[in-house]
Amino acid sequence: MLKIAEPLVVLKNAGVQRSARWLVRGIDLVIRPGEIVTLVGPNGSGKSTTARMALGVERLSEGQVVQRSGLRASYVPQKVAIDWALPLRVDGLMTLTQKISKSDMILALESTGAGHLAGREVRHLSGGEFQRVMLARAIARKPEFLVLDEPAQGVDFNGELALYELIAKVRDDLGCGILMISHDLHLVMAATDQVVCLNGHVCCQGTPESVASSAEYRNLFGERAAAALALYQHHHDHTHLSDGRVQHPDGSITAHCHPDDGHHHAGISQPDSALRRYTLKGDDHAG
Amino acid sequence: MLDDFLARAFIAGLGMAMITGPLGCFVVWRRLAYFGDTLAHAALLGVALALLLHVNVTLAVFVLAVLVALAMLALQSRVALSADALLGLLSHGALALGLLALAFMTWVRVDLMGLLFGDLLAVSKTDIAVVYGGGALVILLLIMFWRPLFAVTVNRDMAAAEGISPARYDILLMVLLAGVVAVSIKIVGVLLITAMLIIPAGAARRLSSGPVAMALGSVAIGALAVVGGLSASLKWDTPSGPSIIVVAVILFAVGLIVPTELFARNKAT
Repeated sequence: MLKIAEPLVVLKNAGVQRSARWLVRGIDLVIRPGEIVTLVGPNGSGKSTTARMALGVERLSEGQVVQRSGLRASYVPQKVAIDWALPLRVDGLMTLTQKISKSDMILALESTGAGHLAGREVRHLSGGEFQRVMLARAIARKPEFLVLDEPAQGVDFNGELALYELIAKVRDDLGCGILMISHDLHLVMAATDQVVCLNGHVCCQGTPESVASSAEYRNLFGERAAAALALYQHHHDHTHLSDGRVQHPDGSITAHCHPDDGHHHAGISQPDSALRRYTLKGDDHAG
Repeated sequence: MLDDFLARAFIAGLGMAMITGPLGCFVVWRRLAYFGDTLAHAALLGVALALLLHVNVTLAVFVLAVLVALAMLALQSRVALSADALLGLLSHGALALGLLALAFMTWVRVDLMGLLFGDLLAVSKTDIAVVYGGGALVILLLIMFWRPLFAVTVNRDMAAAEGISPARYDILLMVLLAGVVAVSIKIVGVLLITAMLIIPAGAARRLSSGPVAMALGSVAIGALAVVGGLSASLKWDTPSGPSIIVVAVILFAVGLIVPTELFARNKAT
């Protein structure tokens, strides 16, 4: 990035201990306006706790969190249970924490493909519909800092791709900083500026490319995940390493690439079409 | 009109229904039924202390209910007991202590049945002033802070992340509940206040499509229960507090039979 904006949130050596167990520890994290930071990591690695620390919702056991003063945040938690006793319609949920004009509400709902849900009772929404409404609610607040804890859970496959594209668009439109937790590594990475890989501590962090090729990441997620990332990020199926050597999708390293390297995908299976679609997207951007 | 004990009874009862309605909704939404019971039981101790110290009964009940609520908040984070066990401890501890205190004060004659089950027909003009004065304050605060109170009820973390302090509104809700207990203790009594909070709200739930509608519906059903219960009490000479609650239960049961699907569809269009 050329211009460095003042950070929205800074976590310094932040950690949370609950009943003698460290949920997460030693987190250093900076989120700037217009930046998408994605937290990845296995279950129980402290992703949600880290997000909650950044929001100032979680009490820190050590370290500190500094939020820009008067920061307007929106939060889409991982789990929101609406009790049966609560008669809550979508329009009521949209205006839960602040007033929003009718037109802004409709606009936000339509942007997440939930425009037709406005009058429905929240309890009757499907998991995917609920996530769309939650994202719309978060966007409608026009936040400076947006935290999304697994925003695409329960969203159907095509919707998932669209949702991540929308998140990138929201960043562009509002210029907000986004902290996102996701398991859909291969889908999320394309729109991410910074990846932080957690495993109770920061395992590695940096650009998607550098994280995907780091040894720590490979240890945590295995070669297949790393290879899948490497594949779509570089629409050639190999990576030019900083020392000039070439890394192939199977992890082998050679001194230089071969003429047919960029054109065949032998040696690596492409189990889902998302990979292919994103490969194509990569081409579009390059062109 | 206020010179007629019947008119006073109806006016006081309706005033109570106006505040137990919306607060009852919060009790139902946040699963605070047992908490309401605890505050009500603490009220008995409040009455005993008021008689002992010669202070205003309503004020003493309110202060004691607030203290018990704060004790609950403080203990919750320190004692390794589940919330309901802790409430049971506070609730029955306060009830037993209140009964003991009343038994010791042999020099005052206390209508224990009236305290436990209320005596709407003995309501004075001062009582009406307390119900409407306290009630107006409760409703004013409720309207002023409706959004944050409701946001914290729906999701604490989301509210906290978006600038609404859950702890602050927990305390506000508890103070409001303590106020409701303090003003309704003479009307339905210690043991039936929770019923007046929960049953109208529960009955309104099936018939409402939004939180505000449910709060208003709850007021309407509570008011119907007061009118019906008092009328029944006059006709058959039954105790007024229990009569009101029985009518509320009947309304709840009737609400279960009403086909809500039809109702909901009409609402949506």
